[in-house]
Parts: sequence; structure tokens; C-alpha cells
Amino acid sequence: MRTVLQQCLLAFLIFSLCFLFSVSLYAFAPEERSPNPLIEERAQAIFKNVRCVVCQGQSIADSEAAMAQDLRGLIRKELEAGLSPAEVMEGLVARYGEFILMKPRFAPHTWGLWLAPPLILLLGGSGVLFFLRRKQS
Amino acid sequence: MLIEIGHYALILALGLSLIGMLVSLRSCGGGEAPSSFFLQEQRGCLLGSWGGVAIAFALLTFSYVLSDFSVITIVENSHSSKPLLYKITGVWGNHEGALLLWVFILASFSLLIAFFSSLPASLERAILGLQAAGISAFLLLILLTANPFLRRFPPALEGRDLNPLLQDWGLALHPPLLYLGTVGFSVPFFCAVAALLTRSPAPVWARFLQLWSLVAWSFLTIGIMLGSYWAYYELGWGGWWFWDPVENVSLLPWLSGTALLHAALVTQKRGTLVPWTLFLAVITFSLVLMGLFLVRSGVLTSVHTFAVSPARGVSLLILFSIFVGGALGLFLWRCPVFQGQGSFSGMSREGGILFNTLFLTSVCATVLIGTLYPLFLETFTGIKISVGAPFFNLTLGWITAPLLLLLPFGPLLSWKKSGLRSAFHQLKYAGSLTLLVFGLISWVWGIRSFFLGAGLFLALWCIFGALFPLLLRLKKSEKSITRANYGSACAHGGVGVMLFGILATSLTQSETLLTLYPGEKASLGEYTLTYLPPRVFEGPNFQEVRFPFEVLRKTTVLGQVIASKRFYTSRASTTTEVGLFTRGVAQLYLSPGNFYPDQRLALHIQNKPFVLLIWGGGLMMALGGILVLSDRWRWKDKGERPSVLSPLTRLVNTKERQEAL
Repeated sequence: MRTVLQQCLLAFLIFSLCFLFSVSLYAFAPEERSPNPLIEERAQAIFKNVRCVVCQGQSIADSEAAMAQDLRGLIRKELEAGLSPAEVMEGLVARYGEFILMKPRFAPHTWGLWLAPPLILLLGGSGVLFFLRRKQS
Repeated sequence: MLIEIGHYALILALGLSLIGMLVSLRSCGGGEAPSSFFLQEQRGCLLGSWGGVAIAFALLTFSYVLSDFSVITIVENSHSSKPLLYKITGVWGNHEGALLLWVFILASFSLLIAFFSSLPASLERAILGLQAAGISAFLLLILLTANPFLRRFPPALEGRDLNPLLQDWGLALHPPLLYLGTVGFSVPFFCAVAALLTRSPAPVWARFLQLWSLVAWSFLTIGIMLGSYWAYYELGWGGWWFWDPVENVSLLPWLSGTALLHAALVTQKRGTLVPWTLFLAVITFSLVLMGLFLVRSGVLTSVHTFAVSPARGVSLLILFSIFVGGALGLFLWRCPVFQGQGSFSGMSREGGILFNTLFLTSVCATVLIGTLYPLFLETFTGIKISVGAPFFNLTLGWITAPLLLLLPFGPLLSWKKSGLRSAFHQLKYAGSLTLLVFGLISWVWGIRSFFLGAGLFLALWCIFGALFPLLLRLKKSEKSITRANYGSACAHGGVGVMLFGILATSLTQSETLLTLYPGEKASLGEYTLTYLPPRVFEGPNFQEVRFPFEVLRKTTVLGQVIASKRFYTSRASTTTEVGLFTRGVAQLYLSPGNFYPDQRLALHIQNKPFVLLIWGGGLMMALGGILVLSDRWRWKDKGERPSVLSPLTRLVNTKERQEAL
């Protein structure tokens, strides 16, 4: 008797919790991968460079948010329709802005970002060499 | 009542630290003061203000344990049904409490220095004065903008609970360890500023500065590793570093701190590179303060949250500007005083360390730019860009590659002038073994990417390059091997182990996404998982559905692993607890997804064969730091050790002192 009651209770609890979990942010379900391995590989490469806009600094390759799932589906569809990866990226940027790119483009407004690291290393390196020459003499 | 006592203790601590600061001004201003003049009073003040902060912190913690819902911060961050551990750790799970913990650690470090340092009095007086100033500034900040002791009326019936993601042992320990590291860098900072102020020559303070940067660095390493492991298992997708701005600002002082502890070693042993050491000491804590400002003001999440509640951000910014601006200005002004003596050639231990610090500061600058550039771009032009992992992997890959290639050589060079022959001789076995293992691995794993291959080679090179010279010395049974030698080999090898873990995991991991009914099996690589019937579990403040799995490797049963989904009633939020099955350094990572009414479960299984090496390498670095410390650390080696109470009695007997004067 007790076990039946327990089981009923358990079933009820599981059932009620299911509804809570099915709407949670972490929810995910296996999604359809492209049957064409080449397209799937291209899609995976794109996912890594597309930001999940609703998450904190994750790419859609890593995110299980609904928005990331939709975008993954969309990218696969576009690739299957024959668009090149570059065109797919273009379309994403046109829709969501440059914010969606995990790797910023090399353009006048990002020159500072891309050129600063090598410049710092170069300047620092020449500074060190200059210092060493003075130290030796 | 307890809350009022805590509040009062905090104000008292502020008063005492202000006095401590003023006393040091008075004693510094008066020309050449006698050696112990006012030093005891300063120690007394620090002890008093430490006591005040400690009482405040203890009482706040106690009120959290009692769930006193008449206090605003407790209402917002606690809940009566929360387990005791998370009631306590909830103290620092919010802005106010985190700042209080910060000040408590700052005060504790100054107390250690006040009673256990063997610095000359003039320098110690300046350091203690600066630390008193730091404590006062932060206490003022807490009391004016982030007071955890404010009451509300009427009291709330129940608290709003801590974010469930933070109710976890990893995040319970992460902030204290991280703060021990970041706040620890205040000691080298204040020491450098004090040295600049008093024009003390390097031999006086170099050892002190080096040891304390090593202390801070070791704690910071553990703190960052813990945070990273927490992100790995709690956020549920198997990533362990996000290049998220909040993570980056904790990495910045680690990078410059690593440069600092190497440069300080040169200053200590050879008396040269003095301005560079001072600069790094100033910069490291400046980065800590910058991180505090960025994280705590809300600038990072969005520029707009900053504008919404500016008081907090602006006061932090003022504090940051005063400390950093003052220290950098002083550095530029006084730096010419510290012209290091002694010459050395580029091919020497000094030269090696100089290049090492150059690369580390470049890495640090790159991370800094990558973190701040989008912020500035958006503020000035309105263009929003993201700087994510691809940017950092590419730029940092190129900068760190030469650093890692040269890493094994560094410790083998001798001071002043060195030939490469001896280093090459000691590394020849390491080099051949690296080539052999690398060839074998790249053949077995079929590495095609240049970046992964180069990285893997460098990782193996660092591991063997740290191991073999030590083995050679052991074989010759040299007596001169110290614990510091083991420590440095351990830390340098740790760099390789960590890099190997990162690359090997990304090369060999596999994953599968599927939906299972209870009783069904899923297989991934050599593992087979059986989904056993789910169970409901009632936690202290959550309800949980547990999904047990039986793990089979080939045909042997290895054990069970449980993944779960939790529902926290107080915040009506759910969390996913991943199931981790550890086998050696490999882990199976199970994150549950949708759970359907017919008990069908969507499941993401990842097999990560080398993943634990990532944090293992990090811990090896920290362990290396601790080994070196255990070798070099001396508690006060001066003859007289002041008793803990003596400054207090001196403080009370003011009359006596005046008569004595």
C-alpha cells in the first residue's frame, strides 16, 4: 500500500517538475544535424565564431539557449541552401550587427585592437634590446 | 543589537586606521626619526582596526546564520531554509559583503607585516602607514556606499535567497582565495610605494617584495583555478574558460604578478632591474583595483547599469584614480633614484627573466586591450563588438609561443653571463624525448592543425624541460638542490601540464546528444551508459530529480554517476547539476537537458579524456610557489619580537611616552 502511494507521489512530483524544467533556459533537445558531413563541418566552424547574444560571452557552439538553437538551425539551413560560409556570416552581421562576431573584423575601428598586441611586443622588445646593449657596455 | 555592534566596530576600525595613517604622516614628516619612534603606536592602531573589522565581519556572519531579516543585505541574499554553509558563504556573495571580506583580508595582511616583518623601521613605518590609508579608504567606501549593516523597517518575513548558481562549495571558497591573492598584491604595491617614498635601496626590501608577491601569486593561482573548475561543472556545457571580462580581470594581475615575482627575484639576487620591479609591483595592484572597479561598478555587464547607480562606481573610480595615479606619478618622479647597478649580458638568467617579463606583460596588455576595447569603442562610437575566444587564442598563441619555447632554458642559465652550451647539454634528453613523444602522439591522434600541433609540442617541451635537468642533477646526487629548485621545476612543469591538458582535451574529446527512456543505453567511445529510473530527492531548499546512470567500460561496470535538475523554491529557478564521472584524469561529463513527462531525458554526454590536467597543471604552479616559499620564508629573524599586546599597552600609556620623550 505504502509503496503504491509512494510511487504515485513520485510520479506526480516528476510530472510537475517536468513542466518546470521543460521551460528552463538550459533546456535542450538533440537537434537535427545536417546529413551532409561537409556542411555540418562548415556549420560547426561558423558556430564557434557566432556569439549567443543572450548569454554571457558564449558562442552558439557552446550554448544551449533557445536563441542559440534557432541560430544553429538557421545556419545549417542556409548552408544547405547553397550559401557560402562568408555569405552566411554576412547575413548574420546584417541582422544582428557586428556584436555577433566572436572574432572582430579587421577594420578601421578595430585597428587598435588587432595591431596593439604586436606593436606592444615590438616596442617592448626593442626597449629591452636597447637596455641590454646599454647594460653590456 | 549585534548588527549595531558590528556597525560600530566598523566605524571604530575606520577611526583607528585613520589614526594609524596620521601617525605615520607625523613620523615621516619629522625628518630622521628614531628607529622605533611611533612604530609601536602604528602597530597598535593596525591591530585595533583589524580587530574592529574582524568583529564586524564575525557579527555579520553570525547574523546571516541567525537569518536576521531586519538587515537589508541579509534579506536580499539569504533565506532561512538555506544550508548553514551557504548562509555563511552568502556573506561574501554580494557587493557589500565582498568588500567587507576584501578589507578584512587587507587588514589581516597588514597585521602580519606589522608583527612579523624584518624590515627597517623607516620602511615598515611607511608601509604600515600606506596600508592604514588603504584600509581607511575601503572602510570609508563601505560605510558610505555599501554598508552591509543597514536595517530595514519593518523586517522582512523571509529573505530573497542567494542565486542558486552560487550555492556551491566551489563558489563558496573561490572568493576568499581569490581575494587572498588579489589583496595579497597590495603588500608588494605598498612596499614599492614606500620604497619610492623613502628612497630605500633595493637590498632592503627586494626579498620582502619577492616573497610577498609569491604568496599572493600562489593564492591567486588557486583562486582562479577554483573559479574555472566551478564554471566547468556548474554552468553545464563543459567549457572552463570563457574569456569573459570578469574572468579576464582576475587573470590580468596574475599575468603581471607572474612577471613581478620573476623580476623581483632578479632584484633580490642581483640588485638590478629595480625600476622594472617597482613598476610591475605598482601595475599589478593597479590592475587589481581596476578589476575591482570594473566588476563592482557594473560597467562590464553594460555601460548603462553604471549610469543607473553611479555612486558606487564613481566612488570606486575615485579610489582607483587616487591610488593608481598617485603611485604611478610617484614612480615616474622617483624612478631615476633607483638606477640599478651591475651589468649583465642578454644571455644570462637576468636576460632570460627580462624577456620572460616582456612576454608576460605583452600577454597582460593584450588581455587588457581585448577586455576594455569593446567598452571604449561602444562608449565613444556606439559600435558594439565582441572580443571572444578566437581573438585571444590567436593573439595570445603567437605571443606565448616564444615564451614557452624559451621557458626550459631560463632556470638553466647562470647569473650575469652564461653560455648556452651547458643549458643545451642539460636539455638534450628532454629535447629528444619531446620529439619522440610528440611524433608518437601526433601520429596516433592524427593532428592536422598547425596550431594544435605546435601547442602540443611546446607543452611536452615544457614538461620534459622542467623534469630532466632536475633528474640529471639528482642523478649526480648534488647536495645543492633546494626546495626552491623543486618548486620552480614544479611550477614550470605545471605550465606544460596545463597546456597539454587544454590541447589534448580539445583534440580527443567526443560528445553525443540524445534522448533516452529509462533503461536505455547510450554509448560514447569505449563507454556505455545505462539510464536508470529517475528519483526525486528533497534537498534542504530545493527539490531535485536525479538521473542515475550506470557506467560501463567495454564490459566492466565502473560505477554510477548522477546528474540532476534542481528547482529552488525561494527564487523559483532551476539549475542543472552535471554528472561527473572521473577516471584518472579523464571525466565523463553528463548534462541533462529536457525532461519529458514520460521520463524521457535529453542528454548531452561528453568524454573528456585529459580534462583534469588543466587544473592539475594550475595546482602544480601554485604548489611550486608554495614549495619555493617554504624554502625561503623566514618569520621575523630580528632579535626582538614584539609581543602582540605590547603596542596596546604602549598606546594606553601615552603619558609615559610623553615623559620619556
